[in-house]
Amino acid sequence: MTTRIPILKLRDCLIVSIQWELDDQTALAFQEDLLDKLHATAARGVVLDLTPIDFIDSFIAKVLGDVISMSGLMGAKVVITGIQPAVAITLIELGIRLENVVTALDLENGLEKLERELEG
Amino acid sequence: MNLRSSVDIITEWDIVAARQLGRNEAKEVGFGTVDQARITTAISELARNIYLYAGKGNIEIKQIAEGNLKGLLVIASDKGPGIPDVRKVMEDGYTTSGGLGAGLPGVKRLMDEFKIDTVVGEGTTISATKWLR
Repeated sequence: MTTRIPILKLRDCLIVSIQWELDDQTALAFQEDLLDKLHATAARGVVLDLTPIDFIDSFIAKVLGDVISMSGLMGAKVVITGIQPAVAITLIELGIRLENVVTALDLENGLEKLERELEG
Repeated sequence: MNLRSSVDIITEWDIVAARQLGRNEAKEVGFGTVDQARITTAISELARNIYLYAGKGNIEIKQIAEGNLKGLLVIASDKGPGIPDVRKVMEDGYTTSGGLGAGLPGVKRLMDEFKIDTVVGEGTTISATKWLR
């Protein structure tokens, strides 16, 4: 009973909004779905919006970190947007740095940042 | 006051159930969003440790009070292999699972009080408390 996370295409970018708490299976299925979609659409960038997410544990952080590295291997840049204050605080206290991850405050800033990253 | 509830950890889905219970209890005690996230995350890590290392166990969540102070006590217990070297697992970056789980130092930082009782071959009980300030 895994729920699939919708992945939308906008020009040469993919847009993903994670709307509910991720369980392990959904997170892992998302990893594969996103890479498949990158492959199928030849998108060059991904904006991953986490606005509704109110906590991230080490497992979800690892899955997100991995999918960013995997997308990089396929030539796509990922920008994470909408990390809530409580999520930022707990991730750092937990000892998770998510280094080398490009982030932006919201979807709009994220798309702008991604366009700059893809040009530069 | 001694309200308690618990979740048996047997499958991955029970990790989700445990943290949802924890969040509800944290809300009920009156914790703000940041502490709710801390408690939820700590429970998720403890439940995952049970699932990964012991196979099965239990997460118990108790609303507690000490004088005027209210808090939430999380007890993660299992009858797994136990932890041979507690000092080592409390070092940042130590892992036996290849990076799954941020480990116990992270949980300790998220909570106010943290205690491990473990006997090799018998199991582990971890108690972690967050006080409402």
